[in-house]
Amino acid sequence: MKEYRTITKIAGPLVFVEKTEPIAYQELVNVVLSDGTIKRGQVLDTSDDLVVVQIFETTTGIGRDSGVRFTGETIKMPVGREMLGRILSGGGKPIDGGPEIVPEKRLDITGAAINPYARGMPADFIQTGISTIDGTNTLVRGQKLPIFSGAGLPHNNVALQIARQAKVPGSTESFAVVFAAMGITKEEANYFMADFERTGALERAVVFLNLADDPAVERIITPRLALTTAEYLAFELGMHVLVILTDMTNYCEALRQIGAAREEVPGRRGYPGYMYTDLACIYERAGMIKGQKGSVTQIPILTMPGDDITHPIPDLTGYITEGQIVVSRELHRKGIYPPINVLPSLSRLMNLGIGKGKTREDHKKVSDQMYAGYAEGNDLRGLVAIVGKDALSERDRGLLEFADHFENRFVRQGYDEDRTIEDTLDLGWDLLSTLPVEQLTRIDRDLINKYHPKFRAGAKKE
Amino acid sequence: MEVKNAKEAKKGVLKRIAGPVVTAVNLDAHMYDVVRVGKEALMGEVIKIQGDNVIIQVYEDTSGIRPGEPVSNTGLSLAVELGPGLLTSIYDGIQRPLEVLVNKMGNFIERGVSAPGLSHDKKWTFKPLVKAGDKAEPGKILGEVQETNIVHKIMLPPNQKPGVVKTIKSGDFTIDEIIYVLEDGREFPMLQRWPVRVPRPVREKKNPTIPLLTGQRILDGLFPIAKGGTAAIPGPFGSGKTVTQQQLAKWSDAEIVVYIGCGERGNEMTEVLTEFPHLEDPKSGKPLMERTVLIANTSNMPVAAREASVYTGITIAEYFRDMGYDVSLMADSTSRWAEAMREISSRLEEMPGEEGYPAYLAARLSEFYERAGLVETLNGDSGSVSVIGAVSPPGGDFSEPVTQNTLRIVKVFWALDAKLSQRRHFPAINWLNSYSLYLDALHDYYDKEVAPDWNKTRSWAMEVLQKEAELQEIVQLVGSDALPESEQVTIEVARMIREIFLQQNAYDAVDTFCDMKKQYDMMKAIKMFADLAYAAQQAGVSPAQILGVKAKNELPQIKFTKDYKPELEKIEKSMDTEFNALRSAA
Repeated sequence: MKEYRTITKIAGPLVFVEKTEPIAYQELVNVVLSDGTIKRGQVLDTSDDLVVVQIFETTTGIGRDSGVRFTGETIKMPVGREMLGRILSGGGKPIDGGPEIVPEKRLDITGAAINPYARGMPADFIQTGISTIDGTNTLVRGQKLPIFSGAGLPHNNVALQIARQAKVPGSTESFAVVFAAMGITKEEANYFMADFERTGALERAVVFLNLADDPAVERIITPRLALTTAEYLAFELGMHVLVILTDMTNYCEALRQIGAAREEVPGRRGYPGYMYTDLACIYERAGMIKGQKGSVTQIPILTMPGDDITHPIPDLTGYITEGQIVVSRELHRKGIYPPINVLPSLSRLMNLGIGKGKTREDHKKVSDQMYAGYAEGNDLRGLVAIVGKDALSERDRGLLEFADHFENRFVRQGYDEDRTIEDTLDLGWDLLSTLPVEQLTRIDRDLINKYHPKFRAGAKKE
Repeated sequence: MEVKNAKEAKKGVLKRIAGPVVTAVNLDAHMYDVVRVGKEALMGEVIKIQGDNVIIQVYEDTSGIRPGEPVSNTGLSLAVELGPGLLTSIYDGIQRPLEVLVNKMGNFIERGVSAPGLSHDKKWTFKPLVKAGDKAEPGKILGEVQETNIVHKIMLPPNQKPGVVKTIKSGDFTIDEIIYVLEDGREFPMLQRWPVRVPRPVREKKNPTIPLLTGQRILDGLFPIAKGGTAAIPGPFGSGKTVTQQQLAKWSDAEIVVYIGCGERGNEMTEVLTEFPHLEDPKSGKPLMERTVLIANTSNMPVAAREASVYTGITIAEYFRDMGYDVSLMADSTSRWAEAMREISSRLEEMPGEEGYPAYLAARLSEFYERAGLVETLNGDSGSVSVIGAVSPPGGDFSEPVTQNTLRIVKVFWALDAKLSQRRHFPAINWLNSYSLYLDALHDYYDKEVAPDWNKTRSWAMEVLQKEAELQEIVQLVGSDALPESEQVTIEVARMIREIFLQQNAYDAVDTFCDMKKQYDMMKAIKMFADLAYAAQQAGVSPAQILGVKAKNELPQIKFTKDYKPELEKIEKSMDTEFNALRSAA
């Protein structure tokens, strides 16, 4: 392989090489330092006279005397069944002291888009055991449902609880977890690892760790490696794969860093104009394929800078993903776990996974009614602060109480508490029964007669 | 094939590759020529010529392409194939049928595969409508093919000179076989091609006078769009843009629907694909898919093809309009289209306008929406294209360039509101911010076809909602009990309008579609309650008693009832009885 010593400029993570033979766009590059260490990179721009290479690690030690080898192929990821149970670096190298991965296949990490015609329709309800997700923002197989959180909130616990409890009721198919950490601290990583070990989840997990002190640019490829692995497990081995990506905010920061180094015209808040497309190429790699067994379900986690949901990172994410689970600082301060605020949360695929034959026929309407009640009750809290409880009408007082019950009984649950969907819905009915029946305008009479505790034969009365 | 060989001589060479934009040299090219890039012959389009450098946007992924690879010019502009076979198809942004692509390259979209937009093998039964010696003007309907339950009309292409029919065949043909010959020797198959960036000509644009009925109460009832009109649905994520668009695609009373999923989610397109074949058109009773053309260029598919998808869609819509059909086109989302323009523009290192969008954003948007309209076609028939564009403003902020530039053009604005969707008020269209500029134009239609008092009832409902908004500000400060009695009634009436009329459940089998008659009956029932309530309040009945009227609690159930008439009459009767009792007690 030819080695060039024609580096003309090094700026941040970018290396500019001159006078090369024709080099392919996105080709994998090895830069050889004078002491023999090799740093990997990728071609971002190629022309007759100049090639721009983005290095995945720090450019420390690279000088004009370094050699540049173009490998002639785009970045490939060696994948195999024995990756399960392994811990890899953010660049895909084993870091658990075990042997190298013996590849069964080498796959392009960019990943092609699933042909929309070939996609299978997500329809299998995943029971996470968390009422605010199962009951009101249901997750289904093949969905991408991010957790929007803020610094210092227990999003990791929520993600772990989902990873631990997630199951499709009545199904025994094999499933796996792919966990990709981008720029999280060693401490956080340890926390995840400890929980994986405690619950035995590690055996069926593949872990990619790019820690806070690892090169930022490496974060660009970490989620792609993870998703390539997930797609292999899902579509070649037929497993149901849950992918947890944390923290996407760090990923986007790395993207901005490279954009700035390339002196691109920045979009909103300095993030590159193509960030939507770039994020879409990650998130859209969730899904199912018609006639195939496996599935890729994604739970990306991101911390909203300043808890601002309109910040470009959560904003673009929300436009791509199929809903979002919003972790609220206010509920966290009240001491409620999991502090999921259902009002701004949403699961777009919920309707595909619920209803008769999947969860229960009353699911959708119970959920809508609870939303409406909680939203109205929550609004009234502002009013109470001004006029006091006594000035409220009886209807409003009822709603106010409903909102409190909702938070304390429906939202709040234990870190290890695994509620079945029946429990969740019955709990919902118990709460709704505190409101007058004629106020339940979103539920039709038949369902009320069948499920409302007041009419349900032999039901426990409150 | 000859075309290809003739162009062989003009082969250029790739000089630079940076993402979807590449530079070639030594290429004889004109603006918007379609070119084949690299050894794999990826499809691209010339977007800039600078000295010897030709800049090309490539519709497929460019990884692995090297400088020095060949580029050849087809000499044609980006065009779509038009003819029988369009309906029920699902295409990517450059009219490659996704179903064919699955067969050719498997479940993932690989590159370098070309596929014609229509099947060139399938035979269609062509029935001529003219005979030898008849005149053939551009756009004239010469024959027809029963494509699905829709009749596909075969027209003389609009860019052709008029002539006289010499021979015309009848029977089963592929779209390539010659079916008619004109006296001057010109021969035509059923297939025609049209460049996507050029609007198809019409004789005249007319002012719309008929509503595009959608079965959605807030749209038909309060903010209607006309057939041939334009509407925008902006809203933050999660506010229900896509559900609204899909509801329109399902239930709008257009004869043909073109649905463009532009830079959106793959699973959403799958949902449409799975659902539409099982849904029935409320008018014809046939599967909805039979009148639908889908274009799906999801967010992770190449960005240049996303830019083209909107043009591909509108050209297909215009083609059906020329047959005399009412076509509605949904573009979800025009913001992704604008972002594709921004991305290409920034790769071209053009001077950016507002928020990095190219300076020509406003022009492109208005050119696109102007392709909508109610028209007199070249053959004197009447057809329409209604365009409904979703807009995804960053952070839900309507002051951003795409929303603002869109609002300057469109006539109907359905403002989605995250607050409403959070409390599961769907469709989450804000009734105070939305507007329709077609109300006057449609006045007569509603007058004649719905009820003479509909227009008045509509204004009344809007007034109540407006009044409620004002009262709510006071309630927020002092509580509802502090309001005068009559205004407490107003608050209750407004709540009924919101919860009974405006809220509509897209997932309920009955409530998902509500015809104008039922809309009118529902609104009338609410108005009847209002009139009785005000009268009772005047007569001294307390608001608490009025709010306690039991009959009104039954009203929401009407939404979910198919044969609602007897039920509604019963409710109205008992409402009357209850109020009578209250009044005589007072």
